[in-house]
Amino acid sequence: MGQIVLNKVQKKFGDVEVIPPLDLTIADGEFAVFVGPSGCGKSTLLRLIAGLEDVTSGSIQIDGKEASDAPPAKRGLAMVFQSYALYPHMSVRKNIAFPLRMAKMDKAEIDKRVTSAASVLNLTDYLDRRPGQLSGGQRQRVAIGRAIVREPSAFLFDEPLSNLDAALRVGMRLEISELHKRLDTTMVYVTHDQVEAMTMADKIVVLQAGVIEQVGSPLELYHTPRNVFVAGFIGSPKMNLIEGALAEQHNAKTIGIRPEHVQVATTQSDGALQGTVGVAEHLGSDTFIHIHGVAGCDPMTVRAAGDVTVRHGDTVYLTPDATQIHRFDNDGIRIP
Amino acid sequence: MATQHSRSAARLMMAPAVILLLGWMLVPLTMTLYFSFKKFLPLRGDSLGNGLEWVGLENYSRFVGSSSFWPSVQATLIIVGSVLVITVVLGTLLALLLDQPMWGQGIVRILVITPFFVMPTVSGLVWKNMFMDPINGILAHLFKFFGAQPLEWLSQASMQSIIMIVSWQWLPFATLILLTAIQSLDSEQLEASEMDGAPVLKRFWHIILPHMSRAITVVILIQTIFLLSIFAEIFVTTAGAFGTKTLTYLIFQRVLESQNVGLGSAGGVYAIILANIVAIFLMRIVGKNLDR
Ligand SMILES: Nc1ncnc2c1ncn2[C@@H]1O[C@H](COP(=O)(O)OP(=O)(O)OP(=O)(O)O)[C@@H](O)[C@H]1O
Ligand SMILES: [Mg+2]
Repeated sequence: MGQIVLNKVQKKFGDVEVIPPLDLTIADGEFAVFVGPSGCGKSTLLRLIAGLEDVTSGSIQIDGKEASDAPPAKRGLAMVFQSYALYPHMSVRKNIAFPLRMAKMDKAEIDKRVTSAASVLNLTDYLDRRPGQLSGGQRQRVAIGRAIVREPSAFLFDEPLSNLDAALRVGMRLEISELHKRLDTTMVYVTHDQVEAMTMADKIVVLQAGVIEQVGSPLELYHTPRNVFVAGFIGSPKMNLIEGALAEQHNAKTIGIRPEHVQVATTQSDGALQGTVGVAEHLGSDTFIHIHGVAGCDPMTVRAAGDVTVRHGDTVYLTPDATQIHRFDNDGIRIP
Repeated sequence: MATQHSRSAARLMMAPAVILLLGWMLVPLTMTLYFSFKKFLPLRGDSLGNGLEWVGLENYSRFVGSSSFWPSVQATLIIVGSVLVITVVLGTLLALLLDQPMWGQGIVRILVITPFFVMPTVSGLVWKNMFMDPINGILAHLFKFFGAQPLEWLSQASMQSIIMIVSWQWLPFATLILLTAIQSLDSEQLEASEMDGAPVLKRFWHIILPHMSRAITVVILIQTIFLLSIFAEIFVTTAGAFGTKTLTYLIFQRVLESQNVGLGSAGGVYAIILANIVAIFLMRIVGKNLDR
C-alpha cells in the first residue's frame, strides 16, 4: 500500500524541460519531503504524481501498478493544496464529505467517517460553518480532513503551511507528523522551509532545476551533503562555504563548515582566523554572529552560546572544528 | 475613515449629481402621475394651456378594462422570461466554451460580443429582412434547400421570432459576465474536485455553477430591467401585431397612435408597478445570493 516509483519521468512545458528524466522511489509508509529553491519543479513533480499534469515521458507506478495514464481520481491519492482549495459554498461537513459523496458511499458510512475525521482534527464544533468563517489553521485542517476521509494510499501536500503564521505553523507541523505516525500512510510533502523538511521527513529529496541533488534521511543530508548545493541548502543558518587559500590548505576547491562547528574567542590563539563582528543576533538560547574579514567567506556565520556578549566592531578569533570540515572538489562534489 | 468634516464636504460635492438625478427621475414621474388623472386628448383640443379636466381614476380603469391589457402583460412576461432562460443557459454554455484554450481566442471573443453593439432598431431590421423574410431571407432559402415550405416568421411564429431577436442581442452580455465569473474560479478548486473523484458534469454542478450563481443573479437582474422596456425590436418587426404587443408597446399605442396622453400615462404607472413587483420578486428569490 502506498509505494510510489518514478521511472525516468520527464516533464516539458512546450520546449522548456522543467524536469529532466528522473528516478525516485518512495517506500510505503514513508514521509518524503521535496525541498529546493523556488521554481525548481517541486510542485510540478507532485502534480505529476497526482495526475494533474501528464508526464512527457517515463512512467509512474503506484502500489506496483502503472499509473502514468490513470486519471487523478483513480490513483488513490489525496492532495492538500497550498490555497486549501476548499469549496466556499459548502459547509465544512459537506466539504469533508465531498469525495465520499462522489464515490457514492452510503449515507451512514459518510456520516461516520466525517464525524471521526472531525474529531481527530478538532473540527467538531465547526462542521456547519462555511470555510469563509474559519481561521487559516482551521481551513488547513478541513483540507486535511477532506484528504483523510478517503483513506488514500498516499497523501500529497503542496506547501500546506506556507499561508500560516509562524506559531501556527509549528503546531500544524506537529499535527501532521502525528497524523503520519498514526495513519502510517505514505506522505509526500513539498516545502521550501527547511525546518519543516528536517523535522518531519523520513527522507528528504533535494531538488535543483528539476534535478535530484541528493536523497537521504535528514541527518544523512546534514552530515554528508553530496555537493556544495545540498551543503548550502540544508541547515539553518547556512553552512559557511569558504574558497581560496583556506580551502587549498585542505586540498579542496571549496570547504564548508557549519556555524555550530566554529569556536569563537575574543583572545588570540594558535591558527585562529581573525574577523570583525558585523551583526550579532541574540536568540536567547543561541547567538548567531555574522563576522566580516575572513578571507574567502564574507560574512561568516557562527553560532555561539546565548550569553556571549560581543558587539559590532569587536575583533574575534575563530577556530573551526577540524573534524567537521566538509571538502568539495572543482565540480562541487564532496571529497570523502 | 471619514471624519465629520470630510463627510459633510462629500455630501456637498455629491449634491449636484444627486439633485440632477433626482430631478431627472422626479419630473417625468410627477408629470406621468399628473396626466394619468386627467383627460388629455391633444387632437380634441385639450392642452395644458386650456387646463385639463380631472377624471379621477377613470384612465386607470379604462386601461385595465381594455381587452388588450392582460394579453400585453402576458406577452411582456413571456418575452422577458424566455429571453432570460435562453440567455442564461446559452450564455453559460458559451462561456464554458470560450474559457477553453483555443486557436484564435481573441477574435472569437470579439465576434461573440459584437451583437451587443448593434442598435436594437438595426438588429430588428437585419433579422426581419435578412433572416426572416419569407421570400428572400436566409432562413427561407435554407427551408427551401431542404424542401420545406418557408415559414412566415413574423406572422406565423411572431412571439418566437421576437424572443429570438432579443435573445441574440442579449446573449453577448450574459456570456461576457458569465465568462469573467468562470475565469475567476480558483483552478485549485477544480483540481481538488478532480482528485476527489468528481467527473466533468459533477464538477460543473457542484463547483462551477455555485461559483457562478452570483454572476447569474446579476445577469438576471440587469436584463430584467432592460427587457421589461424593449420596444424598438417590436416596433420595426411586427409593430405589435400577432400577439406581440407588450405593455410598453400598448402604452406607446395609447399615447401616440390613439393620442390619449392620460390613458397612456395611467398605463405607465401600471408599468412602474409591474416593474417593481417583478424586482421585489426577483430580489427575494435570487437576491440572497448577493449578500453572501
Ligand atoms: N503550466 C506551466 N507552463 C509553463 N511552465 C510552467 C508551468 N508550470 C510551471 N512551470 C515552470 O516550471 C518550473 C517549476 O515550477 P514549479 O511550480 O514546479 O516550481 P516550485 O518548485 O513548486 O516553486 P515554488 O517553491 O515557488 O512553488 C518553473 O520554472 C515554472 O515557471
Ligand atoms: Mg510550488
